[in-house]
Amino acid sequence: MKKIENVSRRGFLKKLGISSTALVLGVQLPSMLTIPKALAGSLATDKFAPNVYVQIGTDNIVSIVVHRSEMGQGIRTSIPMIVADELGADWEKIDIVQGLGDKKYGSQNTDGSRSVRRFYQPLREAGASARMMLQQAAANRWHVDVSETKADNNFIIHETSGRQLSFGSLVPAASKMALPEASALILKAKQDFKFIGKSDVALVDGEKIATGATVFGFDVELDNMQYAVIARPPVLAAKVKSFNADAAKAINGVVDIVQLADLEEPAVFKPLGGVAVIATNTWAAIKGREALDVQWHESEHQVYNSDTYKEALAKGCDNPAKVLRSKGDVAKALSDAKQVLKASYYVPELIHVPMEPPAATAHYHDGIFDIWACTQTPQSAQGTVAQITGVAAENINVNVTLLGGGFGRKSKPDFVVEAAILSKQLNVPIKVLWTREDEIRNGYYHAASYQKLAAGIDERGQVSAWQHHVAEPPIGATFSKGADLIGSEASLGLIDMPYDIANVRCAIGKAPAHTRIGWMRSVTNINHAFAVCSFADELANAKHQDSKAHLLTLIGKDRKIDFSTENAEYSNYGETLDKFPVETARMKAVIEKASDMAKWGRKLPKGHGLGIAMHRSFVSYVACVVEVSENSDGKIKVHDVWMAVDCGLAVNPERIRSQMEGAAIFGLSLTFFSELTANNGVIEQSNFDGYQIARYSDAPTTHVEIIASDAAPGGVGEPGVPPIAPAICNAIFNATGKRYRELPLKQYGIV
Amino acid sequence: MITLTVNGKAHQFNDDGEMPLLWALRDVLKYSGTKYGCGKGLCGACTVHVDGQPIRSCITPVSAIAEQKITTIEGLSEQGEHPVQQAWQSLNVPQCGYCQSGQIMSAVALLDRNAKPNDQDIDLAMSGNICRCGTYQRIKKAIHLAADLATEVKGS
Repeated sequence: MKKIENVSRRGFLKKLGISSTALVLGVQLPSMLTIPKALAGSLATDKFAPNVYVQIGTDNIVSIVVHRSEMGQGIRTSIPMIVADELGADWEKIDIVQGLGDKKYGSQNTDGSRSVRRFYQPLREAGASARMMLQQAAANRWHVDVSETKADNNFIIHETSGRQLSFGSLVPAASKMALPEASALILKAKQDFKFIGKSDVALVDGEKIATGATVFGFDVELDNMQYAVIARPPVLAAKVKSFNADAAKAINGVVDIVQLADLEEPAVFKPLGGVAVIATNTWAAIKGREALDVQWHESEHQVYNSDTYKEALAKGCDNPAKVLRSKGDVAKALSDAKQVLKASYYVPELIHVPMEPPAATAHYHDGIFDIWACTQTPQSAQGTVAQITGVAAENINVNVTLLGGGFGRKSKPDFVVEAAILSKQLNVPIKVLWTREDEIRNGYYHAASYQKLAAGIDERGQVSAWQHHVAEPPIGATFSKGADLIGSEASLGLIDMPYDIANVRCAIGKAPAHTRIGWMRSVTNINHAFAVCSFADELANAKHQDSKAHLLTLIGKDRKIDFSTENAEYSNYGETLDKFPVETARMKAVIEKASDMAKWGRKLPKGHGLGIAMHRSFVSYVACVVEVSENSDGKIKVHDVWMAVDCGLAVNPERIRSQMEGAAIFGLSLTFFSELTANNGVIEQSNFDGYQIARYSDAPTTHVEIIASDAAPGGVGEPGVPPIAPAICNAIFNATGKRYRELPLKQYGIV
Repeated sequence: MITLTVNGKAHQFNDDGEMPLLWALRDVLKYSGTKYGCGKGLCGACTVHVDGQPIRSCITPVSAIAEQKITTIEGLSEQGEHPVQQAWQSLNVPQCGYCQSGQIMSAVALLDRNAKPNDQDIDLAMSGNICRCGTYQRIKKAIHLAADLATEVKGS
């Protein structure tokens, strides 16, 4: 069993056999004091498994199942922290087990910033019930009352006598005990937390990552495995007309050519169709695909051209088909207003570009599928493979590898189904690898959006009317062919606009989809928050007010907002308003915190500007202040980003900070660089040259503060993204007087 | 037949000499620590050292390697004790971790030629490595820490 490693400077030098005492320390000790290990599987045969998440062996190893997918958010560290804390486990004696796709774990769909939000309580209860059974087993052994015992470091301790028994020694007795009733569970008090809320917990996979020993979807290797790349239709739903199998087979290493079934829309999670090249290595498969020379039939979606599509979206905003929030009388308030402000915003189609493109390995044998995939949603993968191959779900084992980034792409298991179909047909293990070009040209896209806003300022200088019209193709079109109005997306920053304005109208226009529309990190919050938070700043400027002061005024008095009183069906990320209210006090608190961090109001160097934005999403609140400067060539640099986040109780503060740092870069990328365009239905970009994201020299310093809170834990992975783009554009306005309403900003030559 | 020396071990390579080193390493020789990210030398995920110099293995054909020594992430140290690997862990640098093999190989090459890089040196040397998770600022911090660790090791 491996010990926790101390990676302080002292520990590092000691490891090399060097005494640190003679050295002059030039840097602070690293803050990360413990490196837990994902230990090798427990050898014990006798197990105590009181629930699906916890298993304890007679060898005193605590196995904790992580049933959610790790894609960089740190869930393989955070889930064990929660369970181990309630259990009283020794961090050195835990073994992290990645759960197979199985509905016994509850939802495994790792998207929507839900892992901690939905499982904090069940995981605590899982740890507590195991701990209470161990306590009872020890109390029975000692003939004492269970209340005299406690758990710590894999021991049950009798407090008055100091006697102790290891978890492992109690396994046989605890295994025979009845599970405590849920109502009888005693959870730890917050002040007793040992891991939850602590920042010195190191990534469980940190050492493996640093040594290249991790297994991602791309890295799965099976005996006799063959490699597949697939020529997929360049235009959605285009059917294969012809291809040159002989030319592909002439490539050294190419083993087979398989034509896949053409896609019939709706796309859902079905493979896109096309022609697969099977080879003994990836390179041969790629060369083989180049030789295929696939010809495609025409598709109805080849009418899709980004420039004309943008114009159609703008028209869609002028003729909204459906009003989704209506309070007061916006038309009257606008006509009565002393001043009316109008602005239009455009965000192009975007794509995830996780550093690891999709990859899946399937082995069909004996009527069973063994599958390994970098999937965010193993149960959907299992279900879709079952549906398409006819193999029963219980005979489909979906192993979740590490994900080299997900951002929502890998919550669509089309690539897993491709591998399954090919393995079943060819009777060999098959690894399907998507190249970067595949990932960018055949994705599930973040929809392009056009938004038209209008606001009225009355005689008293108050914002009296707010009108927000949106046209963007819906995610629903991926699941229901022809759907052209957004649904759930409206609750992501459109109808939940939180400003205290007497007359409000939010409406949506029609927009047909010509690509598979999906969800990408924070989804339509990206574009809705861009428009809402930019427009709020435009109003501040129109009223000659300070951006921050005006934002606080717009949000108004402390209150809990219930959008249903304004004829809006707000879904609140699937949560009740009782548990996760929409609280303006928390919005204002993060604004104040971020402003304090940035020293809002200070005198700035020439050419510098600060911008501010606040957005609530995934039931968490994030405010950010950005400092930019314009140089003499008119180029913009983002220097610092200050982010204040209120995500309720902070379970793993260290990973919350890293998610905010990452969100700043993700937001900066789409603000300045990223854009997809379509030409006759074909996505024109194909790699990181055409589809650009931020690099080192673009990266600001991001400062993160987490608001102390005992509220239920909210989302973390996504809420940092939406306020970044508007904060940057607001900062640019304050620095230069130029207002940018269309992304990405590279089109203006300012980067 | 080409002899490829990877992390001090000689391998006979009988496949297509035009195969990029990346796929030779991953699919043929089974060194999976080196990652695919773009196939065009645009993202740096596939960075390995050839005679100590960082190269993009996704655009380097095996035939171009000849007798040179290849070092991958697996060969950087026996048990992850290289200062860069230690610094990465102690600052919890990675998020998803996928690009980090390439980041680490680029960082090691930087420190080999510039023992005390400043932020600008780092931006320049690392500009070919993309991280979609956005770990850039932690990587910068970790490179500085590794520089200090390495200096002290040498100094002692």
